Amino acid sequence: MPDHSNPEAGAPAIRLYEATVQFEQKRLVFSCEIPTGACVAVTGPSGSGKSTLFNVIAGFQPIGSGTVEIFGKDMAGREPAERPVSIIFQENNLFAHLSVEQNVGLGIDPSLRLGAPERRRVEHALTRVGLEGYGGRKPALLSGGERQRVALARAFVRSRPILLLDEPFAALDPAMRADMAELLRELGTETGSTLLFITHQLEDVRRLADSAMFIDGGTIALMEPIGSFLAHREMPALANFLGIDR
Amino acid sequence: MYTTREASAIVRAGGIVLASILLFAGLSTVVLLFHAEGGAGGALFDAYLFGVARFTLLQASLSTVLSVALAIPVARALARRRHFPGRNWIVRLSALPLGLPALVATLGIIEVWGRRGIVNQALATLGLDNPVSVYGLAGILIAHVFFNLPLAARLLMAGLERIPPEYWLTSANLGMGSGAAFRLIEWPVMRGLLPGIAGLVFMLCATSFTIVLTLGGGPAATTIEVAIYQALRFDFDPPRAVILSVLQIALTGTLLYFMRLLGTPAEEAPTAGRAIRRFDGKRGRLSDGLVILAFTLFTAAPLLAVVAAGFASDLPRLAFDPLLHRALATSLAIALASATLCLAVAMPAIAIAPLAAADRAPAPLRYLAGTLQATSSLILLVPPVVVATGWFLMLRTFGEVGRFAPYVVVVINALMALPFVIRVLEPAYRTHIARTGRLAVSLGVTGLHRLRWIDLPALKRPLLTAFAFAMALSLGDLGAVAIFGADGVVTLPWLLFSRMGSYRTADAAGIALLLGILCLLLTLPSTASGKNARDDA
Repeated sequence: MPDHSNPEAGAPAIRLYEATVQFEQKRLVFSCEIPTGACVAVTGPSGSGKSTLFNVIAGFQPIGSGTVEIFGKDMAGREPAERPVSIIFQENNLFAHLSVEQNVGLGIDPSLRLGAPERRRVEHALTRVGLEGYGGRKPALLSGGERQRVALARAFVRSRPILLLDEPFAALDPAMRADMAELLRELGTETGSTLLFITHQLEDVRRLADSAMFIDGGTIALMEPIGSFLAHREMPALANFLGIDR
Repeated sequence: MYTTREASAIVRAGGIVLASILLFAGLSTVVLLFHAEGGAGGALFDAYLFGVARFTLLQASLSTVLSVALAIPVARALARRRHFPGRNWIVRLSALPLGLPALVATLGIIEVWGRRGIVNQALATLGLDNPVSVYGLAGILIAHVFFNLPLAARLLMAGLERIPPEYWLTSANLGMGSGAAFRLIEWPVMRGLLPGIAGLVFMLCATSFTIVLTLGGGPAATTIEVAIYQALRFDFDPPRAVILSVLQIALTGTLLYFMRLLGTPAEEAPTAGRAIRRFDGKRGRLSDGLVILAFTLFTAAPLLAVVAAGFASDLPRLAFDPLLHRALATSLAIALASATLCLAVAMPAIAIAPLAAADRAPAPLRYLAGTLQATSSLILLVPPVVVATGWFLMLRTFGEVGRFAPYVVVVINALMALPFVIRVLEPAYRTHIARTGRLAVSLGVTGLHRLRWIDLPALKRPLLTAFAFAMALSLGDLGAVAIFGADGVVTLPWLLFSRMGSYRTADAAGIALLLGILCLLLTLPSTASGKNARDDA
């Protein structure tokens, strides 16, 4: 894997120290440390700030104060593309007018000038996500799950050590969810990437995460290893989340 | 969802509307075609006709190319600079030309681009003594671009704003530069919209009457519609007017056919989802700013010129001018009558649609609804000037034509507004009937009660918007009145036109200001409807 970040030995993959976002109506303050190679489920009520947390890490949302460090490096002033981060959304990850191959190819060269070696890398990534031979198709001809796998293939060729997934399963049916989670786990282990994914489903948390965070009222209210997270009983909002799904 | 009795009332009303429109527009077309066959056949190959047709197509092509080509950077800059100072006002400004009568805009353009306008004075100070001439092709192009560049830019921008917000996040995450973003994201969207927009602009420019009448004229710069007017009013040569009319119908027919193939661009922005945030604006800030500034100046200058010239004219004297009072009263009466007629005709055409869309709708009903739909746009095929010409020739045999003029103008104006009114009302009505139809029928609130208590109150806003729009269109129309000569009927645009022609420019400026303000006030709700209309839906 090409190394974009020169990780400092021992530094956590992500470290937020009072990273603060001030909106008109509310103020969000994030602090946390996420070790390299972790797979973190990000949960919490709608509007609590889960997507904002991702936007802060990915560089879409400037912070007012505090710091965002990735592998020990301060990210202040770094463009989204200059951060060692890939991001996948619930939908519209693929440009509908470009072919599957072009969509993945964007991960290698964002101005889409691809030679033969690049095409081979794209085909290899597609094979890896189980979409061998799909390169010439347009996204509209794929199922929702297949489209998400193309997005995953693109993240794979970019080989950034951190992958943020903003509700990647929300538009998928149960069978596809299980497949996608399985694929994510394999890729995570294979590349040693650090994974964060937002979900509303307790099932996804159990299936995939080794730790989980709960965001409430604009802060990270809890972040614990998966076992103690699921066993947590003191926080009413979290109990609500854990309870409703049972 | 209607009761049987309501349904049959709607079908009957729809039948009557259909028959009336066909009779009104059809009769005049038939008269024209008959005259054409009996008329001078050899003239068909007249060099004059060829020249007129050639100029019509030439100016429309150039206007389209200019409007659309300039709209691309404008739309891109406005879509990308979401925090440009005054951006919302600039977007609103770009909706204004649509509501402005062509004659008023032309006056503003003459003020800016004319011999003594700002542009030529600036050129003179720079030492250039070869002024831009606003009369002829150049002026026609400037005026057409003034109307259509903002329209095209708005349609393109709406397309750009329909791009899923995730695309911009993804492109920033991937590190696409502004060139790659244009090539890979913006251009594919625009390319899909361009044929439809170009078709629309071409159609508007090919059938443009008032602008060409005021800025063109003379054999070198005359379109078919203006040539019809000249044939009737100056040369009194009905056979030539007839041949030109047939030529015009053939042209618009061909254009409409191609526009159907190209599809019509939608002006709806996204309804929900993430807010659009763009990260590709680091570079090109200066060039985008210049593009937006130039666009704003170009669009605002004629509007400001109309206001400035209007206030510089002798307004108090004009305010007590009995001729102006009469023209205002005539115009308002015609506009009110034609807007009322337009809505009365539109309602059955709209109400019949849900009936015909039902699963087991009988074939005749579907044909009726389909024909009605097509017929409501008949005025696009047979332009106002041509319909007016047909009626002019027909009524000539009954004596003094001027007597009938107000009635014919009312009907023609109503038909002109009909396609737009239906476009405003139809979606609103469809939502309304889906929401309240079953409930009203199950409660037994039907017929006139339903109209009074359910339909009219709920549809008040779209109805008023449509009514105001129809009024504005009629208030600003010159074509139909011009054909009838208007010895008896002097409307505001006609008064303005004759004042401009007789070089009483101060009076003209005052009238233009009045007319412009009236029309803008009336069209404000429909042009600014972007958000308001969706609140209702």
